[in-house]
Amino acid sequence: MNNTAIHIDNLSVYYGDIPAITGINLNIGEGEYLGIIGPNGGGKSTLLKAMLGLVPGTFGEIRIYGKSPDRSRGQIGYVPQTANLDKRFPITLFEVVLTGRMKQGIAPFFQFNRRDKRFAAEILERVGIEDLAGRRISELSGGEFQKMLIARALTVNPKLLLLDEPTASVDAGSRNQIFSLLEELNKTMTIVLVTHDLMAVSAQVHRLACLNRNLVYHGEPELTEGIVNNLYGCPVDLIAHGVPHRVLKQHEED
Amino acid sequence: MVHAILEYQFLQNALFAGFLASIVCGVIGVIIIEKKLIMMSGGIAHTSYGGVGLGYLMGFEPILGAFLFAAAAALGIGFIKRKGGALFDIAIALFWSLGMALGIVFIAIMPGYPPDLSSYLFGNILSVTRSDLLLMSILTLVVILVVVILFNDWKAYLFDEEFAYIIGVRTAFLEYLLLILIAMTVVVLIRVVGIILALSLLTIPAAAAAMACGSLKKRMLYAVFLGSIFSVMGLCISYRTNMASGASIVILSALFYLASHFVHLIYSKMKRTRSVLQSEI
Repeated sequence: MNNTAIHIDNLSVYYGDIPAITGINLNIGEGEYLGIIGPNGGGKSTLLKAMLGLVPGTFGEIRIYGKSPDRSRGQIGYVPQTANLDKRFPITLFEVVLTGRMKQGIAPFFQFNRRDKRFAAEILERVGIEDLAGRRISELSGGEFQKMLIARALTVNPKLLLLDEPTASVDAGSRNQIFSLLEELNKTMTIVLVTHDLMAVSAQVHRLACLNRNLVYHGEPELTEGIVNNLYGCPVDLIAHGVPHRVLKQHEED
Repeated sequence: MVHAILEYQFLQNALFAGFLASIVCGVIGVIIIEKKLIMMSGGIAHTSYGGVGLGYLMGFEPILGAFLFAAAAALGIGFIKRKGGALFDIAIALFWSLGMALGIVFIAIMPGYPPDLSSYLFGNILSVTRSDLLLMSILTLVVILVVVILFNDWKAYLFDEEFAYIIGVRTAFLEYLLLILIAMTVVVLIRVVGIILALSLLTIPAAAAAMACGSLKKRMLYAVFLGSIFSVMGLCISYRTNMASGASIVILSALFYLASHFVHLIYSKMKRTRSVLQSEI
């Protein structure tokens, strides 16, 4: 827990001259399970993409295990938002998961070897989608598609897993499976999770970061009303989906 | 017709040119449809007209000028695409019209009688020469080799460019390479269907193949097959009626696409009804 996985120092990201996030300072320790929440447009995905070196226009410093994001390829597994992907693309689930084993750089005549395939097959089993290996991605449900993306990220064999809204278009059953999988994975890797799912976050993660252009809060996953009001600009109903679990601590009766 | 093909060199050339065009179109067409680069390919094709004009003006092979202009347009539009979103569409329109305008100007200021450019605009498969075929063969070979050799890279890049980039695939290189391949494809197409109609052979066989096949490789093969049929039949019509080959190929393939789309709709509706009935039983 003592080593730093991600070190972010005074990070700002601009889209043109509009700031998406400003002045972020954040340290994420090795083996940590961090949840990032915040309103839409609050810069959650931007922060994640900055950690991956995907966005231009960043100022400040990001270090992944002491190296810049560009030099950390192969250490990071990334699970993007499913909404940005073409579900009609002609490819099978297994082929998608295998892409995690691609070689770096340009690889002429590249073929996946038996070790790659065995490794990918093991990951499928671990994620629980081995029965769907030959399925076309157009025939997958939201939850299956999401698990496929997690499996693809894992075939990179990363030390750090970054997930962007992994429960967005997923039914309740798959959601629970995904969260218990992440809990299991957290034993061997650092996890950063962006989500709008306040309920899940408080029950699962070790630490919480609240992002609304600035880092409003970073610490234990227990939100006070003050933080949430600050984050969303208005009181938010934190008892979501009728689940009998409170994100806020019970208020003492005066 | 068969007798005529055996007898006349120009018909053999035309047939060969049609096959070459179908091969590049099948392969590149599937890629540009998946990557949503259709309009960009149209822009690259039209810009090449400026090169044709320059070739006539400066006295070098117009098809070479077409390739230079197409490649420059591909790289220019590609650069703007990487730099920023909204400008992308504008850049296509700009290159598209500027290329055409330059072509017209170059032809206008050229001394002597202006040449007949309709074969570049609409294609004339019956006037393909040996040297045209040589150039087309080389370009086709290069396109196919690049796609085949890097096939797994292309697949990763096409499905999820961002993820490919993160795991260290050189996506910027692949993108520019793809744009150059599109420019080469356009040049192969100019003699067969012409600049204005190039989009048809690029998109229609690939789009029809997409309805029928669920794997990238099969889609490409099927699109090549369909394109070949369209070009051979279009060539026959063109030979018999003395119409521009481009027009007959385009009309034929468009009709085929509409028909197969219609059949596809009915088929999937029937499939749906059947599964609904089955679930009710």
